[in-house]
Amino acid sequence: MTGKLTNVVVAGLGGQGVLKASDILADVAVRAGFDVKKSEIKGMSQRGGSVSSDVRFGDAVFSPMVSPGEADFLLVLEPTQVEPHRHYLKPGGVLITPDAVNPEKLANKKSLNVALLGALSAHLPLPEAEWLAALREGFRPEFFEHNQQAFLSGRNGQKTGK
Amino acid sequence: MPSPKRQLLSGDEAIALAARDAGVALGTGYPGTPSTEILERFSELGGHGQWSPNEKVALEVALGAAFAGARAIVTMKHVGLNVAADPLFTVAYTGVSGGLVVISADDPGMASSQNEQDNRRYAVAAGVPMLEPADSQEAYDFVFAAFEISERWKLPVILRATTRVCHSYTIVQPRSPGGAAKPPHFERDIRGRVMIPAYARPAHKRLRQKLAEIQEWNETSSMNRVVKGGKQFGIITSGISFMHAREAAPKASMLKLGFTYPLPMKKIAKFAKGVDRCVVIEEGDPYLVDAIRAAGIAVEGKAEMYRFGELDVPRVRRILDHDVSAEPAKPPGKPPQLCDGCQYRLVFDSLRKRDCIVAGDIGCYTLGVLQPFEALDSCVCMGASLGVGLGLRHVLPPEQARRVVSVIGDSTFVHSGISGLVEMVYNPPPDGHVLIILDNATTAMTGHQEHPGTGRKLDHEPTNKLVIEDLVRSLGVKRVHVVEPRVGVNDFDRVLGECLASRELCVIIARRPCLLIVKRLRELEACECDTKEVK
Repeated sequence: MTGKLTNVVVAGLGGQGVLKASDILADVAVRAGFDVKKSEIKGMSQRGGSVSSDVRFGDAVFSPMVSPGEADFLLVLEPTQVEPHRHYLKPGGVLITPDAVNPEKLANKKSLNVALLGALSAHLPLPEAEWLAALREGFRPEFFEHNQQAFLSGRNGQKTGK
Repeated sequence: MPSPKRQLLSGDEAIALAARDAGVALGTGYPGTPSTEILERFSELGGHGQWSPNEKVALEVALGAAFAGARAIVTMKHVGLNVAADPLFTVAYTGVSGGLVVISADDPGMASSQNEQDNRRYAVAAGVPMLEPADSQEAYDFVFAAFEISERWKLPVILRATTRVCHSYTIVQPRSPGGAAKPPHFERDIRGRVMIPAYARPAHKRLRQKLAEIQEWNETSSMNRVVKGGKQFGIITSGISFMHAREAAPKASMLKLGFTYPLPMKKIAKFAKGVDRCVVIEEGDPYLVDAIRAAGIAVEGKAEMYRFGELDVPRVRRILDHDVSAEPAKPPGKPPQLCDGCQYRLVFDSLRKRDCIVAGDIGCYTLGVLQPFEALDSCVCMGASLGVGLGLRHVLPPEQARRVVSVIGDSTFVHSGISGLVEMVYNPPPDGHVLIILDNATTAMTGHQEHPGTGRKLDHEPTNKLVIEDLVRSLGVKRVHVVEPRVGVNDFDRVLGECLASRELCVIIARRPCLLIVKRLRELEACECDTKEVK
């Protein structure tokens, strides 16, 4: 493996915006100039089952999948999905759960995925401007304001230790 | 002209973009995970993409386009190629005038399939050249290569992808869209395209001759490349397995095969000779390793336990280490289930309550097998509910036979249930039969695609509509009921009871649009009303 890789696993249940969150993260990493791969399993999982998506970025990425025990970050949108995915986290890796955001600060509950991305972003070498650009282009224009607010609330909450 | 922008694309999206950029005149297919997004994206990009009732028809329509000199693609999941296998084997004989690329999206590990068959076997069995991309850039580039091969040797070409290629997103540098495609034109070639035995015998010889030429050409193809590493250790691999192997053994020499039928055996032999230890890393069946060994080249394969499921980096490490100890079990996630409020819940409640023997089929409703219903007794392939239900009815003792019901979805019925229904009418079991068609007005499981029964095309534009009850009646079925299953109303259960007691041939169409498309349907209908007013 050449250079350092960042491995992120995003998990939750079908319909929660897991894949959307990983799309945004991957988009930001591309904008920041990294090699990026993202992998997910669709199909049966659409019907409310467990869904997870792997995002890897760095100088050169080969396998699109994060191996168990090698995730630097595990972002989980639904508390029941922590245990089924915990084995992906490396020793000392960072687990981010809905506890990382204060639900009262979210103008729209549906932006939990974006708020958790905000919390994740505080740990990553990706510029805030690229995050906001990805959020602006990744959703319908009318959602941007809520998403920006959710993202910043997650990002700043994380920085100040909530 | 500036070169197009780098994009993060899934393998499916990359294939669609390449098809558009390569001037494909017609894309056909039937939805199936992990292939579905190819035609959808192709259509969004402005390509002419259309769903066919099933993969056999899709391949035949694409073939017609290729006979006319156009470039055509046909997309399907691995099991779809079973349905399309009949034309495939003979198209290898007739060949094509334009370009024909058959995209087979395999599902090792069965993320959303009923088996994990390895379609590389089809390339060998039918004698059709095959390319295997490892990421989205290759998926994009190999579409162009597939057309070049198809047009040079006038043969169909299989582009075989897998779930992790189709559904992984990697960076693609697209080309500028190519020059204008040649205008389609019919040239008569009776001996080449009419496969009566007298013309098919020389056609088979032509095919083998072409394959021999292609094999020689493949020896120097850039689609098979060597990644230089140490001399002690070499890996021969293809598809996504290459990516896992690169990560698991970064210092190994690699022969990465992209053009995997007919195999470049001289190149393989040279590579194997040049390293002290040579291991074949491939997902699924031992296709490469068997072929390479049959050519007299000594290589290591994988233990049988790695034939099952997908490969990943840890599994490749284990194969290289000869580790056959038990693999760590994955913690169970939450299984999928029928949506809350899904009309099928009521149907399966009734079937369970009446202790029916249920021959099931492929779709969302296959989830009726899980708790709390456990109301499905078989699920084999698209359309099998009809035949299996009838066979059970024919031989079971009467008290059991009378409880047998076939259950099939609307899209699956159109795909391959109609022939089964003809069988029901032609060979009725002594106590009749009950067929339930679950009509939710969409192909739900694969992400809500249109089909002939919805009256809308792939791009949701209106077209002629197949009316299922009219079709059923036209075949001579007397008892045809259309029922809307609704909570608090027991119409469905009552009709089911009457049909089971009737000992006649009965078809119940349980009709209610899938909850997940109700909003889209309303928008489409409103839009159509507007158009009508303008006219």
